[in-house]
Amino acid sequence: MVEQETKKVKREKIPRQPMPEQEPELRAKNFEEVPFGYSPETAMKEAERCLQCKKPACIAGCPVEIDIPGFIRLIKEGEFTKSIRKLWERNSLPAICGRVCPQEIQCEGVCIVGKKGEPVAIGNLERFAADWERENGTGDLPPKAEPKGKKVAIVGSGPAGLTVAGDLIVKGYEITVFEAFHKPGGVLLYGIPEFRLPKEIVAQEINFLERLGVKVECNQVVGRTVSINELFEDGYDAVFIGVGAGLPILLNIPGKNLIGIYSANEYLTRSNLMKAYRFPEYDTPIIRGRNVVTLGAGNVAMDSARTALRLGAENSRIVYRRSRTEVPARDAEVHHAEEEGVEFFFLAAPTKFIGNDQGRVVGMECLKMELGEPDDSGRRRPVPMEGSEFELECDLVIVAVGAGANPLLTQSTEGLALNKWGYIQADPKTGKTTKKGVWAGGDIVTGSATVILAMGAGRIAANSIDDYLTWGW
Amino acid sequence: MFKIVKREEMSEGTVILNEIEAPLIARKAKPGQFVILKANETGERIPLTMAETDPEKGTITVIYMVVGKSTALFKTLMVGEGYQDIIGPLGKPTDVEKVGNVVCVGGGTGIAVLHPITRALKEIGNHVTSIIGARSKDLLILEDKMKAVSHELLITTDDGSYGRKGFVTDALKDVLDKGDTQLVVAIGPVPMMKFVSKLTQEYGVKTIVSLNPIMVDGTGMCGGCRVTVGDQTKFACVDGPEFDGHKVDYDELMLRLQAYCEHEQQCYNDFCMLNPQ
Ligand SMILES: Cc1cc2nc3c(=O)[nH]c(=O)nc-3n(C[C@H](O)[C@H](O)[C@H](O)COP(=O)(O)OP(=O)(O)OC[C@H]3O[C@@H](n4cnc5c(N)ncnc54)[C@H](O)[C@@H]3O)c2cc1C
Ligand SMILES: Cc1cc2nc3c(=O)[nH]c(=O)nc-3n(C[C@H](O)[C@H](O)[C@H](O)COP(=O)(O)OP(=O)(O)OC[C@H]3O[C@@H](n4cnc5c(N)ncnc54)[C@H](O)[C@@H]3O)c2cc1C
Ligand code: SF4
Ligand code: SF4
Ligand code: FES
Repeated sequence: MVEQETKKVKREKIPRQPMPEQEPELRAKNFEEVPFGYSPETAMKEAERCLQCKKPACIAGCPVEIDIPGFIRLIKEGEFTKSIRKLWERNSLPAICGRVCPQEIQCEGVCIVGKKGEPVAIGNLERFAADWERENGTGDLPPKAEPKGKKVAIVGSGPAGLTVAGDLIVKGYEITVFEAFHKPGGVLLYGIPEFRLPKEIVAQEINFLERLGVKVECNQVVGRTVSINELFEDGYDAVFIGVGAGLPILLNIPGKNLIGIYSANEYLTRSNLMKAYRFPEYDTPIIRGRNVVTLGAGNVAMDSARTALRLGAENSRIVYRRSRTEVPARDAEVHHAEEEGVEFFFLAAPTKFIGNDQGRVVGMECLKMELGEPDDSGRRRPVPMEGSEFELECDLVIVAVGAGANPLLTQSTEGLALNKWGYIQADPKTGKTTKKGVWAGGDIVTGSATVILAMGAGRIAANSIDDYLTWGW
Repeated sequence: MFKIVKREEMSEGTVILNEIEAPLIARKAKPGQFVILKANETGERIPLTMAETDPEKGTITVIYMVVGKSTALFKTLMVGEGYQDIIGPLGKPTDVEKVGNVVCVGGGTGIAVLHPITRALKEIGNHVTSIIGARSKDLLILEDKMKAVSHELLITTDDGSYGRKGFVTDALKDVLDKGDTQLVVAIGPVPMMKFVSKLTQEYGVKTIVSLNPIMVDGTGMCGGCRVTVGDQTKFACVDGPEFDGHKVDYDELMLRLQAYCEHEQQCYNDFCMLNPQ
């Protein structure tokens, strides 16, 4: 009893192991990843902090219910290979989730250790195990079931589609992923920047699936190059739609089409997918602002504002119509953005963009806001304060106030019921849509959400597709 | 890779034709639709209209004018070589309807875009008068091809070196004065489309133009190709590229096309230094 007590005391004394990172001044000028990752020693030390709870709250906080104490115990014991296998049981993209999950509202948010001090760094440990495997692992492929002689088409190669592909290929199905862009990965590739998620990691995850036998067909705009019905005619037995929420929302205020006003989608696609940050080595240009304003305060906004710094901005500002408490981005991103020098203007919203005679944006007019009654989302609604106009000088504006459902595929497919915002209606328990043989999941069903939720939806759909192809609709 | 099976140079090498293997796209494409091409790993995504498609052979044909780095790079691709990526068919097909007398007006490479539309309009039974123009004789393209798909072909050059001296709008005015024109299709440089639309508005003749804003994805996800039509913002890659010519804000489009002019110049100069011709 006494011995146990002292052990517990000792464990609680270990502080949360910080993740070594590039210095803010340095990293704000390069595109290399910000945190370096744990060393094996640090990881094992951090793993010590987990209490191995009998009823682990953390598992319930993880949308895919990873056996968190299980994989952490294996790290503590130095069994890294076994640890990654434990993670793979529930999550096929741990290197990515460890980096981009909003842990503070999921697994770490409910970790018991966090009640008194800082929670166990579950995300960092997950990342460690996955990175260790990538660098030192055997590269062995998981076993595959006997071929079932059935074909599944997956539309979209974001986390939802990749999860379905990974789950079904090991069950013995023939899998083809159709991707509209010239490279697979979805938002992981074109949205989230290199300094937060190195593209090498995304490429390796996809390479892993290809080694398992998944076929990836890029440059296939489903709905244009080929339709869903044609996929069935071509012999596919089931189709999963995971096309994301690829419609930019722009502001409808005067001056909205001036040069230098980008949707975040365009800005980040130019920079990440087209590698415009390496112009002129790469041919795609991008406007490099000196005074940059990003509108919005989600992950997309943080990524945009931080990209602008790396592209040489002297000032990178975020204008957000609500207050600090409502900021939807991950804590780590807000923290990193602040450290790097991004300035925040809370409770302000633009009313007008100002242009010069060449049609380029040179400034914007804003109004101050105050918080009123809660709105539909439960957050207090920002209300403009009369006579509070102020001007901000800017030569680049990135609009990151959300995304909608891209109608290209959904409107060209009969029998697919949509909700009033244009998202696909799918049964949350199975992912089934109203069209026979067609499943959907991820952002195109829920609206913009998270990587892990898209993966969770992919897993549900994969199980349901397996059932269907075994037993019928 | 998408292999080039046929390549032609026109107008002293300023205009290039490529016939390319792309069976899936050829199977689906309709007049007025475009593809996005990317030559290599570091390349830009460039939209070009399909001038022709051959579903049986599984090929598409594009005709482009060499104006900057990317099109200069495309020009270096020979038969047997090819493009790393081609995406399509994109955009809405032209509404090809029998309306009676149609005038097709083309300038510059717009003529390449106009050609398949003209053919479709003729094939469905319209009487087609085409007017094509260029700054001078050497810059005029596709005269023979346009002749073959029109009932009547009028040519104008700014300097009078060939055909009628003047602008396409001068020739168009004469045609409109005769009355009985139901539709004008105008494709070319933005100022040309602007002045054609201004003219046809005076005559109250419906006019379709094909817009060419700068694009990235071509699927409606970036908003870079946005244009103002009437009081609405439209994405040319999915809502267009064809729009009611009387409603387009051409001045805005012209400015937006200049967004990257400094980058383009730098890129093109670097390329020409390395690839002297
Ligand atoms: C900049 C940015 C930062 C983010 N940061 C985070 C973060 O830190 N943490 C987090 O958890 N989440 C983050 N998110 C959200 C997260 O990335 C998404 O919720 C998730 O990627 C959705 O996955 P998905 O598979 O549904 O779709 P997507 O990842 O959007 O992938 C859809 C794919 O389908 C393709 N496609 C679309 N239409 C067609 C078609 N017709 N035919 C063929 N292919 C098509 C698209 O090109 C794309 O590749 C971020 C999002 C963005 C944009
Ligand atoms: C739907 C669509 C269909 C098109 N069809 C054809 C065609 O059939 N034949 C043809 O010759 N051209 C066509 N274009 C134009 C063609 O895409 C551009 O000429 C090409 O992108 C120029 O690239 P560049 O790098 O060689 O020149 P750059 O150096 O990038 O630019 C040179 C000039 O071209 C303009 N420009 C740059 N990018 C574009 C762009 N994406 N679209 C239009 N203009 C641009 C610039 O304003 C600049 O003045 C089409 C454009 C669109 C949007
Ligand atoms: S997947 Fe995300 S939520 Fe689940 S344990 Fe990992 S970091 Fe936490
Ligand atoms: S809740 Fe925290 S301490 Fe408990 S098992 Fe999970 S990670 Fe470990
Ligand atoms: S090119 Fe991106 S929306 Fe049209």
